[in-house]
Amino acid sequence: MIASARTHARRKATNYIMIALCGLATLAAVGVLLLVVGYTLLQGIAYLNLGFVTQTARPLGEPGGGMRHEIVGTIVLVGLASALGIPVGLLAGTYLSEFGGRVGSVVRLVADVLTGIPSVVVGIFVYVVLVRPMGTFSALSGAVALAIIMLPVVARTTEEMMKLVPQTYREAALALGIPRWRVIVSVVVPGAMVGIVTGSMLALARIAGETAPLIFTALGNRFGFAGLDEPIAALPLQIWRYAVSPYDTWHQQAWAAAFLLVMLVLVISVLVRWLTAWRRG
Amino acid sequence: MPRVDFDRHLHSLQDDLLVLGSMVEKAIAKALDALKRRDLQASRHVVQEDDAIDQQRFQLEEHCIELIATQQPMARDLRTLITILHIAVELERMGDYAEGIGRISLMMGDEPPLKPLIDIPRMAEKATDMLRRSLDALINRDTIAANGVCKDDDEVDALYDQVYRELLTYMIQDPKSIQRATYLLWVSHDLERIADRATNIAERVIYLVTGKLTEINVSKY
Amino acid sequence: MIREERTPQSEKAAPHSGPCIVSEGLGAWYGSLQALRNISMSILAKRVTAVIGPSGCGKSTFIRCLNRMHEVVPAARVSGKVLLDGEDVYAPGVDPVEVRRRVGMVFQKPNPFPTMSVFDNVAAGLKLNGLRAPGGLAERVEKALRQAALWDEVKDKLKQGGAALSGGQQQRLCIARALAVEPEVLLMDEPCSSLDPIATARIEDLVRELCDRYTIVIVTHNMQQAARVSDMTAFFLMGQDRAGELIEYGETQQVFTNPKDERTEAYITGRFG
Repeated sequence: MIASARTHARRKATNYIMIALCGLATLAAVGVLLLVVGYTLLQGIAYLNLGFVTQTARPLGEPGGGMRHEIVGTIVLVGLASALGIPVGLLAGTYLSEFGGRVGSVVRLVADVLTGIPSVVVGIFVYVVLVRPMGTFSALSGAVALAIIMLPVVARTTEEMMKLVPQTYREAALALGIPRWRVIVSVVVPGAMVGIVTGSMLALARIAGETAPLIFTALGNRFGFAGLDEPIAALPLQIWRYAVSPYDTWHQQAWAAAFLLVMLVLVISVLVRWLTAWRRG
Repeated sequence: MPRVDFDRHLHSLQDDLLVLGSMVEKAIAKALDALKRRDLQASRHVVQEDDAIDQQRFQLEEHCIELIATQQPMARDLRTLITILHIAVELERMGDYAEGIGRISLMMGDEPPLKPLIDIPRMAEKATDMLRRSLDALINRDTIAANGVCKDDDEVDALYDQVYRELLTYMIQDPKSIQRATYLLWVSHDLERIADRATNIAERVIYLVTGKLTEINVSKY
Repeated sequence: MIREERTPQSEKAAPHSGPCIVSEGLGAWYGSLQALRNISMSILAKRVTAVIGPSGCGKSTFIRCLNRMHEVVPAARVSGKVLLDGEDVYAPGVDPVEVRRRVGMVFQKPNPFPTMSVFDNVAAGLKLNGLRAPGGLAERVEKALRQAALWDEVKDKLKQGGAALSGGQQQRLCIARALAVEPEVLLMDEPCSSLDPIATARIEDLVRELCDRYTIVIVTHNMQQAARVSDMTAFFLMGQDRAGELIEYGETQQVFTNPKDERTEAYITGRFG
């Protein structure tokens, strides 16, 4: 039965309204991102120059200065955390995907719970387990805390990406008389590689911005890298310290640093997209 | 049970084959009757009606080939189609022999018969009976009946021997009778060939049922 | 397209070759579900053996038992023996990896490794096996590709990804990959089901060529293909309890013109069910 002209008109109107609503919602979502980027940019513009990245902090009252120590600190922390968290996460994810079983179900459950633990709790845990026995705040304990946060994310992403590799490739490799471990290393992992890399990069972007765990472990350090067993500076830590201070210049520096962090996350996300598209094409 | 369409085709093919068989049977009877009664008109009809027999055979053949190409028959279905194809050829050749008898009848024309026909009609009756029984064996897929047909060919061969010797005697005694004797010789030869072809049909029926190709009866001539 | 000359099956039937793989009382289970019961058959060397039967009758399970791929599925198990040149491949202490080097497999959907080039795909069995390749890897790869009738089409594309080839070419690539490790037996699980008729015809010709050197077992649900390509045919059927059984095994020309078992006849003439 063909709808009457009136029903048709009503359907068209409903269609347009819904499209408009979807459009508005999208604008809202994108708008938030633009606001964040824009606002941090505007507020910190005074300090967004090369000096910010290359110079260390100047005493209060003096213009200029930068956050070189903090940037280096973040790089060290994130780097060390990745070196600890990614390999373990990879192996755990591989076990979950390729060997599964009852043990696997338990491990999976633990990983999922771990993802949900607030990062501040992780920080306190590492404080008790590492900082107290060591007798000092340290870069190492900061990296360990970040690694603990990163680990379940990497493990689960690795597992999911490896599960996406069709079983037929494993069978083809096994049928060639290739031992199982070799099948995993040379056929499954390369097939899941792009997904694993993107998962790891997203985990990396997340821990780059973690502040709470660092409060109890890395502490912060105004004097640059002093060794893994010494406190170390980090961008998010410093943003927080500057933001709660009463000084305007520090506020501005905090904005600038925030902008840097947002840019870092943005760049990583864009890189992830580009990598995925490149692989698919 | 699947392949309903194919089964329907197979049944109609077999029916068509039986129609061809009965056409040939009638042609043989008509040719012999015309020969006995010296009915030249009837003989002429026999010759003309052979066309219909040829047509029926070609249609059957085409139908078989079409089914082979489109239905991918296997095992028993394949043997059935091949058997029907072969039997159609044998029947058509039998029809040709009946036509031959008709032609001979026409050639004999108004000449008085050489001798009363006794053995030749008996050969015709036997050959026609063998034809009928071989087709019955096909319908019932009966290998025992088929074997029986093959054995009966010996009788027809024996009758042929008899006719041959008798006509030879006539020809030696009276050279003027050679032409008429020769005509009758040809008729009996055609009838002997008809009986032979009937045994071929029986052999094909055995192949259909058992899958084995055997030559049961070797013709002496 | 001209189908190349190949040895007519009748010529090969005469000198009867010995058995290559023999299954004795083979049974297979998925957990508690029995998929195969008491399969005993002798697959002849350097012949093509086709395995036919309706869906679910255990044909694929059977050939996967021959190269110990069945046990890759969790909770799968096997009983009975499979003798490869007289030795039981399921004897304790036998390494399944070794068995699979001698008994290769080609699957239903072509599955060249997506992250490897054409060359690397064919060489995968050699490189990842740690097999020393006398005469160099490139030679072995070329030899395998020639055997699979693919060399001329890909010799300029060896570094390109395997996925750039057509379906039929991909399947021949998988065949080359399996042949590169020089197995004794090649198992093919419905290798043409996802291919068009021309690609199928090429693979069938290839199978006939290959059986001069390799013992081939091919599972197919296409009866005409089984009839065209094989020397021996085995017919499997699901029993009462859904376990597959071997109903008839004989020379292809006999099975398809005059089968011994009426169930085989019913299946072959399409009058099943």
